[in-house]
Amino acid sequence: MYPAAFEYHTPGSVREALSLLGKLGDDAKLLAGGHSLIPMMKLRLAQPKHVIDLRRVPGLAGIKDDKGTIVIGAMTTHWQVESSPVLREKCPIVSDTAGVIGDPAVRNVGTIGGSLAHADPAADMPATAIAAGFEFVCEGAKGRRTVKADDWFKGLMSTAVGDDEILVEIRVPAWAAGSGGAYLKFPHPASRFAVVGAAAMVTLDGTGVCTKASVGITGAGTKAVRAKGVEAGLTGQTLDQATIEVAAQKAAEGVDVQADLQGSVEYKSHLCRVFARRAIEAAVKRAKG
Amino acid sequence: MATVQSDRLFGKSIKRREDPRFVTGRGTYVDDVKLPGTTYAAFVRSPHAHARIRTIDTAEAKRHPGVVAVFTGADMTGVNSLPCGWDLRQSKNIPGVVQDLAMVPHMPLTSDVARHVGDPVAVVIADSRDAATDAAEKVKVDWEVLPSVTATDKATAPGAARVHDAAPDNIAFKWELGGGDVDGAFKKADVVVKKRIVNQRLVANAMEPRACLARFDEATGELTLWVTSQNPHVHRLLMCAFVLGIPEHKVRVIAPDVGGGFGSKIFLYNEEVVCSWATRQLKRPVRWTSTRREAYLTDAHGRDHVTDAELALAKDGTMLGLRVKTTANLGAYLSTFAPAVPTFLYGTLLNGVYQIGAINCQVTGVFTNTTAVDAYRGAGRPEACYVLERIVEAGARALKMDVAEIRKKNFIPKFSGAFQTLVAVSYDSGDYGAALDKLLQMFDYKKFRAEQEAARKQGRLLGIGFSTYIEACSIAPSKVVGALGAGAGLYESGKVRVHPTGMVSVYTGSHSHGQGHETTFAQLVADELQIPIEQVEIIHGDTGQIPFGMGTYGSRSASVGGTAILMSINKIKEKGKRIAAHLLEASPKDIDYVNGSFQVKGVPDKAVPFGAVSLTAYVPHNYPDGLEPGLEETSFYDPSNFCFPFGAHACVVEVERDTGAVKLLRYLAVDDVGNVINPMIVDGMVHGGIAQGIGQALWEGAVYDVQSGQLMTGTMSDYALPKADLLPMYETGRTVTPTPVNPLGIKGAGETGTIAATPCVVNAVVDALAGLGVDHIEAMPLTTERVWQTIQAATAKR
Ligand SMILES: Cc1cc2nc3c(=O)[nH]c(=O)nc-3n(C[C@H](O)[C@H](O)[C@H](O)COP(=O)(O)OP(=O)(O)OC[C@H]3O[C@@H](n4cnc5c(N)ncnc54)[C@H](O)[C@@H]3O)c2cc1C
Repeated sequence: MYPAAFEYHTPGSVREALSLLGKLGDDAKLLAGGHSLIPMMKLRLAQPKHVIDLRRVPGLAGIKDDKGTIVIGAMTTHWQVESSPVLREKCPIVSDTAGVIGDPAVRNVGTIGGSLAHADPAADMPATAIAAGFEFVCEGAKGRRTVKADDWFKGLMSTAVGDDEILVEIRVPAWAAGSGGAYLKFPHPASRFAVVGAAAMVTLDGTGVCTKASVGITGAGTKAVRAKGVEAGLTGQTLDQATIEVAAQKAAEGVDVQADLQGSVEYKSHLCRVFARRAIEAAVKRAKG
Repeated sequence: MATVQSDRLFGKSIKRREDPRFVTGRGTYVDDVKLPGTTYAAFVRSPHAHARIRTIDTAEAKRHPGVVAVFTGADMTGVNSLPCGWDLRQSKNIPGVVQDLAMVPHMPLTSDVARHVGDPVAVVIADSRDAATDAAEKVKVDWEVLPSVTATDKATAPGAARVHDAAPDNIAFKWELGGGDVDGAFKKADVVVKKRIVNQRLVANAMEPRACLARFDEATGELTLWVTSQNPHVHRLLMCAFVLGIPEHKVRVIAPDVGGGFGSKIFLYNEEVVCSWATRQLKRPVRWTSTRREAYLTDAHGRDHVTDAELALAKDGTMLGLRVKTTANLGAYLSTFAPAVPTFLYGTLLNGVYQIGAINCQVTGVFTNTTAVDAYRGAGRPEACYVLERIVEAGARALKMDVAEIRKKNFIPKFSGAFQTLVAVSYDSGDYGAALDKLLQMFDYKKFRAEQEAARKQGRLLGIGFSTYIEACSIAPSKVVGALGAGAGLYESGKVRVHPTGMVSVYTGSHSHGQGHETTFAQLVADELQIPIEQVEIIHGDTGQIPFGMGTYGSRSASVGGTAILMSINKIKEKGKRIAAHLLEASPKDIDYVNGSFQVKGVPDKAVPFGAVSLTAYVPHNYPDGLEPGLEETSFYDPSNFCFPFGAHACVVEVERDTGAVKLLRYLAVDDVGNVINPMIVDGMVHGGIAQGIGQALWEGAVYDVQSGQLMTGTMSDYALPKADLLPMYETGRTVTPTPVNPLGIKGAGETGTIAATPCVVNAVVDALAGLGVDHIEAMPLTTERVWQTIQAATAKR
């Protein structure tokens, strides 16, 4: 299909983009990598009258280390995230997750900000955003505000970013010593989005006891969620196989699992448990070095 | 002039001559043809599976800037239904017909009822593609939504929505075929296995979507249609004689480079007819290029059978009898060859490679509110092979017999010339045991069974599947298919034009949309004329250039089309001998054609090269009396029988218990396609076919929502095509059993992989789960959930 006609804007600053957004309101859509928006426009599921392209706005892309917090610009591509030496060292699960999004063509153009603002229920990064405790920095006419990962995903393709705001950066805390993390997904046979994806991060103390566990689940429900039951089953425990197995049984709790062509509620709930277990096992292995 | 061709090209893997143009993006596809003044068509399609049209309001669309015209079905007066070219009626003495085919109308733009999502109801034609697309959204249709039926096994249920008034119970036809005492066979059986076997609906997904460009030239009264077609003459004939009623000689159909078909581009479609009609109204060229979304909704789909199969066996594994009852979903309309696929291309293959005591096959074709179903790579033969190879393995399991052993026990022994089956057809030549033997030389079966046992003990699920298949190709003897209901003959034409300089143009009625004719046929011609391949050009796909031909499908190009070319070459040589004899002052009887020269038998220095003879033919100063000048011959070849390739495939899988995911570990194939012109090209077809067959087994499937009748798998992000990284390296081999049917000994190779691979993979998965007590999985694709649920059910039972 071919998109309906639209006006195309190329602001040169965040302020200019915000003023366009303020003026055009509901008729406008921000364009990042376009790898979610443009397919929807081609199918005419989205027919914005105005498209505001963020690619000419300087300063929105790039990854830097800000005193132990890694700051990722919203317009940073999946490939830049995947290949970032800073992230690979300080919080490798984020790079790993970016590395399983789509294929190289998608990763070269799609952006982390676009993915997290779009909040596709089957997207990969949202699970890791929860597990790794991302913070989302949104800028509006009145300035900036920060939203925690747990408050970001509101529902089906809906997030905490306001209609008159732009997601400008993502802040990722660096890993504490003794931490390990992994994101694993069961890919959709056609699209390779996550039918179910699980991100797990664990921190172990010197004796091998888990001091912190953080698990995010994507794909199965309408939005990515924190698997609190799983986390509770891990925290304070020595993470042997049996403990992990038991904890992972709670992976689908709190997920509004949706039946579709890829699986019944029963099957997808089961996959949540399987992938939570596998992700935790991998995370523990890495935490132990 | 002509240099001597020392080696035969027949049998050589020379690189495809057409590829440089394709891989550098310089092919000319329909959408690449640019004409001044072109208009663009956008179709308004039904968003409902079944809905009556109350009114269509085109006023706003007509006012949209750039719009040239908006037409509905009511505007197309004098235009007839799209024809169905295969007529099953008892009165025509067609074997097996139990209930006449309901010849329901299929109008290019439906004006009463839309019968599937995507059914076109209006067309907007504009100066630009964008204007047409935008304006199409402004056509307002007042729909009365009706209940719909899409599921094959629900079509004839009481209370099901009626798709056509002319087919009250949604039954399109009933048909039956068989032989032997079936009831007797089942009575004396030691074991009977009965399974429901579902062969799901597939979408062809050619890389290039369908497209057409129609231009009416008022000055000459000629219509030219560029169209993505596998058979341009068939398109022309059907459109002229049946639908538009315009003179055939004033229409030229050109199928230029075409990017894949898999059957879906055989048929005459609504859009091509509408554009051809509209250009005559508007006196401007009209173009339409399908979007992928439209392709999913309107390209003919494939398969879609629900079958109950029963196999009667003796204790020792002897196959005594086979009963097959199939419901075949034809979709909302009768596509061009639809009724042939689940009947004469299906029931006739149920004898397989086995000696079976008795066979009965009953088929009910049904209408539903879905896209029309027609031939898709293999067409009927994969469905037959699937039923047979699944039920045979189920039989082996019931007898606790090895799955390879039961096949060996029942193979038809080696023969040449004829094997009369119980299902009408007579096989040409075969050595079925040899193919399996060769396969088992490539693979240590015993060792695998030991590995499998060891793996089972560790909880791992390994499995192997076999498939020993047969297919009917080289389609087809005209008299035979005529007697079976075909509206057309299925011969092929080949014209060879030798130019004065000895260059050769070959015009074939078959059509290449990926098959590699420009290479394969040139190899054949260069060999026969003993001239360099560079002197040979293959021309196809243009009714303005080639003699009437039937096109490409049913693995017929090399065997039927190639033979027609060979016949013309032989005529050229005969004429050349007469010219050479005159020049050499010898008798034509004493002339041989050796190393590209006509020479007096046994006297190498009394010779004239090919190029000298061709020049003489066009400059006939010193020339035999009574012989026509020129060197050009046309032949039509009508085969005396189908050809029947066969083979043995095996695959090894591992099933992941946790998720139900199937991993392909090995895939082995031994195919016997008769003689092979270009092994690399045949390997390519085998590889692609296997991928397609695996795709059906594991991933592909068109799914309609039961309630709304919407196609749920209408994009490439929903419909899972095979991906290269999921396929193992194929291990292929060949046995060669030439066919006696044609002088080339070629059987055909275009569909074998698709036919063999599907049951092979499913058999392997069932084998992997056999340790849990599983002997069957009813439906494909074997999605991870389907496999996982099978494991759950099996473990719950134990
Ligand atoms: C073939 C293909 C395969 C894919 N496979 C995967 C996969 O396996 N896993 C996966 O997770 N994703 C996958 N994707 C999606 C891909 O990751 C997209 O790049 C991503 O979802 C959206 O990012 P984008 O930069 O392309 O955003 P766009 O498409 O440009 O925008 C998406 C939405 O976010 C809004 N938006 C964008 N940036 C901002 C911002 N800074 N502030 C506020 N709103 C904003 C836009 O207005 C729009 O509504 C795939 C996409 C394709 C085309």
